[in-house]
Amino acid sequence: MAHKIISKSQLSEDVFTADVEAGHIVRAAKAGQFVIISVNNEFGERIPLTIAGVNPQNGTIKIIWQRVGKTTAHLADLKGGDSIAAIVGPLGRPTHIENFGAVVCVGGGIGAAPLLPIAKALKEAGNKITVILGARSKSILILEDEFRKISDEIIITTDDGSYGRKGFVSEALAEVCRRTPKPNQAFVIGPAIMMKVCCEVTKEFAVPTQVSLNTIMVDGTGMCGGCRIEYDGKPKFVCVDGPEFDGHKVNFDLMMKRLAAYKEMEKTSYEQYKKHVCKIYRRRTGDG
Amino acid sequence: MANDNKQTKQNNNREAGGLTAAERYKIPPQDMPEQAPEQRARNFEEVATGFTEEQARKEALRCLGCKNAPCVKGCPVRIRIKDFIAEIAQGNYKKSLEIIKENSLLPAVCGRVCPQENQCQEQCTVGIKFKDIAKSVSIGRLERFVADLDVDDKDTPKVGAPTDRKVAIIGSGPGGIVAAADTRRAGHDVTIFEAFHKPGGVMVYGIPEFRLPKSIVQKEIDTLTRMGVKIVPNFVVGKTSTIEQLLKEDGFDAVYIGVGAGLPKFMNIEGESFVGVYSANEYLTRANLMRAYKFGAGADTPIARSKKAAVIGGGNVAMDAARMAVRLGAEKVYLIYRRTEKEMPARVEEVHHAKQEGVEFHLLQNPKRIIGDENCRVKAIECLRYKLGEPDASGRQRPVAIAGSEFQIEVDCVIVAVGNIPNPLIQQTSPELKFNEEGCIIVDEKGRTSMEAVYAGGDIVTGAATVIQAMGQGRTAAQSINEYLQQKTKIRS
Repeated sequence: MAHKIISKSQLSEDVFTADVEAGHIVRAAKAGQFVIISVNNEFGERIPLTIAGVNPQNGTIKIIWQRVGKTTAHLADLKGGDSIAAIVGPLGRPTHIENFGAVVCVGGGIGAAPLLPIAKALKEAGNKITVILGARSKSILILEDEFRKISDEIIITTDDGSYGRKGFVSEALAEVCRRTPKPNQAFVIGPAIMMKVCCEVTKEFAVPTQVSLNTIMVDGTGMCGGCRIEYDGKPKFVCVDGPEFDGHKVNFDLMMKRLAAYKEMEKTSYEQYKKHVCKIYRRRTGDG
Repeated sequence: MANDNKQTKQNNNREAGGLTAAERYKIPPQDMPEQAPEQRARNFEEVATGFTEEQARKEALRCLGCKNAPCVKGCPVRIRIKDFIAEIAQGNYKKSLEIIKENSLLPAVCGRVCPQENQCQEQCTVGIKFKDIAKSVSIGRLERFVADLDVDDKDTPKVGAPTDRKVAIIGSGPGGIVAAADTRRAGHDVTIFEAFHKPGGVMVYGIPEFRLPKSIVQKEIDTLTRMGVKIVPNFVVGKTSTIEQLLKEDGFDAVYIGVGAGLPKFMNIEGESFVGVYSANEYLTRANLMRAYKFGAGADTPIARSKKAAVIGGGNVAMDAARMAVRLGAEKVYLIYRRTEKEMPARVEEVHHAKQEGVEFHLLQNPKRIIGDENCRVKAIECLRYKLGEPDASGRQRPVAIAGSEFQIEVDCVIVAVGNIPNPLIQQTSPELKFNEEGCIIVDEKGRTSMEAVYAGGDIVTGAATVIQAMGQGRTAAQSINEYLQQKTKIRS
């Protein structure tokens, strides 16, 4: 049961998006949930990706991913019309949506992708939305227009100052938290280190904060426990207990170590893939 | 008249090798040929290579053909054991396999992974005569022998006329396979939903190739496909669709739940989330299903290549994980178990194989905490020594920690194999379904749940158990489903 890519585009240097046929997932998918993807049923690995959008009419889901290793690079090399071998989902618990009042949504880098459907759902529930989007540089900022459409206020930060304010999202977040009245709720999604720093900020201001975690997974259904984190001193499975958690209770330091568990092996795998692709390219073009 | 009977009996005996009980006792038990420990510890191929024909026929002659057949009482699916063995003794392999298949659909699997020493072979008169279970007739090996001959390779079980009824089977493990085959034989339109990308359940993600080659499981799946059973992978019931949706929106008339006990237990000790600590489920799934042993040589899923690994637990899964660690290149593999070898739930054969392959057994010890380095990578495990105390609920002596007996073992990987509990995904989305406190689905003796048209069996009902038990329950539930659908059709027409 392969899944056809209906359309695919590049959002920035290393970030891509695709609408993929996944009729069986559309019916149940809700904001905050994810899928597990594999590009090869025999030898591929299984990686979790957030469902960034759903199109019930076409029976497609939208995925957004960053090219960081072998599988994400392979996905990036696929074109419209190609197929993805396996898509499982929707997995994880949906985001708890209610009218909190004033909500601040913080998206760092690729974290903007999972944040978008959550922000949309929050807006529909009547919340006043302040969005803070951050990226290293203007060229890799994604989904700005989409967020502008649904937010009451938007603040953009770039590490290098090439767009919006120079600085980190955590600084803008602190500023928003200092306002009176302060936000009733925060949603923070992005790299682990960014979520950690943002949670330190919101903790100081006692603003309840949901984070969405993207740990290493195999099955995504609670069977392996590879995705476990330390939450309030106890183990929790991101795939079935999450992916969203109260950010003030997550042990981010340990989570970051676990995310780096296979760093060297992942690098090897990616290098091998790049070499392999080069070879095919040379063969096709008759070059070398 | 009495003499005539005696005469016939002797004739029968002669046909089956013409041996008296005393002569049968004299035949030595046949040893299973296997790869040498030092050789197999470096490959992933099957350890036991199977009886030769000569061995099988010799072993079959050891069976006394007891009138009361105590072995059958030890078999969860009541295979006509002495009959299939008698056919092997006479070289009628096709007939032998037919007899087994009356009760068991997966003889090649069960012949390998059934705990025969606690089932049929425990009851065997020959073993009892010698006061040694190891001398019982090797029923499992004979079952495997005749299953492996492929004598019925091209036979696809007959399928009844279409009934216009749809059956959903959730989970493609042993129970699901049997339930699918039996409901399909009745002519129903059968679909198996599997959460993983490959069917087979625990037989493909859990039990390693060296104990159960994947090709054997695939053969059974292929048979189902030939029978017209549809297999939908990457479909998580409880997430992709609920049981209720299958019945009300997707047009299924009955559902069988055979999802197993898939959630790994952890010990809840300090350091259990450090890098290098795995559940046995994760370790084995990476190595088996995801083929991490081929990482860098085609496979994309990595796995820790540890030098010194500790495996916690004393069951078959712990043995599988320990032996997998050996094959993945660990120089030292310690199996840490808090009781003694006598209380280990693992099969004797697996314990024996693990020891042969160099796994070091640390008995009456249990971890207290896991110690990591500055990068949270495992560097040691701290254990306590134990002694056996009063018997507990399971009848085994309760292990009691000896205060102050802490000591450390240097390791770079810890694999936790202390059991599995049911996955709550279905429970969370099926409020009508009744579960017990352990999270197992409550069923009656016919496999019926509290929800109409919904049946269940295997580990999701019993908690972690065996392949054969799951198979038996799959069969019982399938029979109930067939009866239920027949009733329903009658009412409608």
